[in-house]
Amino acid sequence: MRLLLRIHTLLVLVFLYLPIAVIVVLSFNQSRFGVQWRGFTTAWYEKLFHNPRIALYAENTLVVALVSTLIATVLGTLLALGLYRYRFRGKGLLRFLLYVPVVIPDIVMGVALLLFFAWIREATGFFRLSLLTIILGHVTYQLAYVALVVRSRLASLDPALEEAAADLGAGGFATFRYVTFPLIWPGVLAGALLAFSLSLDDFVITFFTAGPGSTTLPLYIFGSVKRGVTPEIHALSSILIAASMAGVLLGRALLRRR
Amino acid sequence: MDRSAASPLRRLFRLLVTVWPGALWLFVFMVVPAFFMLVASFLQRGPHGTLVGPLTLANYLRFFGLTETGFDPLYLLILARSVFFALVVTLLTLLLGYPLAFAIAQSRHKEALLLLVVLPFWTNFLIRIYAWIVIFQKKGVVNAFLGMFGLEPLALYPSWFAVYTATVYTYLPFLVLPVYTAVERVDWTLHEAAQDLGAGRFRSFLHAVWPQTLPGVVAGVLLVFIPALGTFVISDLLGAGRVILIGNVIQQQFGVVRDWAFGSAAAYVLMGLVLLGLWLYARRAGEEGLDRLV
Repeated sequence: MRLLLRIHTLLVLVFLYLPIAVIVVLSFNQSRFGVQWRGFTTAWYEKLFHNPRIALYAENTLVVALVSTLIATVLGTLLALGLYRYRFRGKGLLRFLLYVPVVIPDIVMGVALLLFFAWIREATGFFRLSLLTIILGHVTYQLAYVALVVRSRLASLDPALEEAAADLGAGGFATFRYVTFPLIWPGVLAGALLAFSLSLDDFVITFFTAGPGSTTLPLYIFGSVKRGVTPEIHALSSILIAASMAGVLLGRALLRRR
Repeated sequence: MDRSAASPLRRLFRLLVTVWPGALWLFVFMVVPAFFMLVASFLQRGPHGTLVGPLTLANYLRFFGLTETGFDPLYLLILARSVFFALVVTLLTLLLGYPLAFAIAQSRHKEALLLLVVLPFWTNFLIRIYAWIVIFQKKGVVNAFLGMFGLEPLALYPSWFAVYTATVYTYLPFLVLPVYTAVERVDWTLHEAAQDLGAGRFRSFLHAVWPQTLPGVVAGVLLVFIPALGTFVISDLLGAGRVILIGNVIQQQFGVVRDWAFGSAAAYVLMGLVLLGLWLYARRAGEEGLDRLV
């Protein structure tokens, strides 16, 4: 039984890593077509670095991820805090709404935003499809994730600490600044990291809210793959794989230190 | 922890700086678009793909096969096919993921193994799909491997097989994580007690362990089933036009076909199906159960 479980685990790990290994190995292959090994080369990487469009798409992707994460982290943290501290009308509905972006298929959110932006644009001229509309879309689901992560951190908080601060004369803001925030900070950081990687990874929402001139790396990869498989895409993918793995390990180290 | 002693004005101010910005954002960019889409689903496609009145049920009737020329179950069949597809994908991830969750929980290198399983999931979704094209295409990895033994190449891409493989691959971690959390909490003394009372290994597992992992399994099943039901990217890239799921229908209506009214109706049917499932789940598992989905 033990042995069977080991073999199963090994096979699943092979299944999980085979596609990644294939891409990375082929990115160093001299052959332009097919998968036959024709010798080691870094030519595809050099080609990639000399492609100015790739730099632009990477910049777009990072701008979207940074700006949307910043907005979503602030709004989501405050929302979680308000939900934790205060009682108000519509609280149940709001709590329900937080789960919607997490569980609804992303294509539904994507087309709803596309329709919404199109209608507003027709009426007012605002919301031309651009990096801005992508950011607005990303914040909408990131916000929910951040709020849920921070809320679970708040739920594990000892209320006596905040009460003690209040008893010692700290006002609402001082309590937040010196007691609550340092305690929930790991949750905020975890939420922000999650939001950031969700934005980097997102294809569907971006696909429906992007316009001309706001191509991101996932959109570029999608377009290229529809035209056919090329070694440049192998190289680009390998870089992104390395970056995301480094990011995950860095994020874990960061969270563990706290 | 409600400081109700505060004056109404202060209470309002506190809500204004904490809850309001986020709530307003969700209202404007989620609730309003959903409402717009609901309205659109009752409109019609005008010239050049615009939306025109009067309000009509025609989009929904067409989806369910009731057209002016008689019964045509085209979209109903696609919906049924999508549900079947998502069910099979869920079953396959369960077969792969459930034992894996136990293996991780019982391993001496728990943390490392868990990280190994989750790591591929953090690499870009499209890259993972793309990799399967490289593996399955005509001159891909599988066929190169077969060729080494003098075997005939297989037509693996585009195919349903490729779509299934990539979908299971993509959503496997979604199942493993909640099941693993449940396995970690299993009370093994029940299992021992069952064996002491003479139950065989299989029976004691079935009655003492499986029920304890069930909440994690249900959460994992939903986390795989829902995105598999709504996918269009995987079927588009690995099916290359041969595999049409409900997600592809929606995407085509908002893309090349430009019939936003019908596309909205199809999106609402998909959303209705998902919300129905979630409602049934939330009724049994409560908010704690919803938290397991995050």
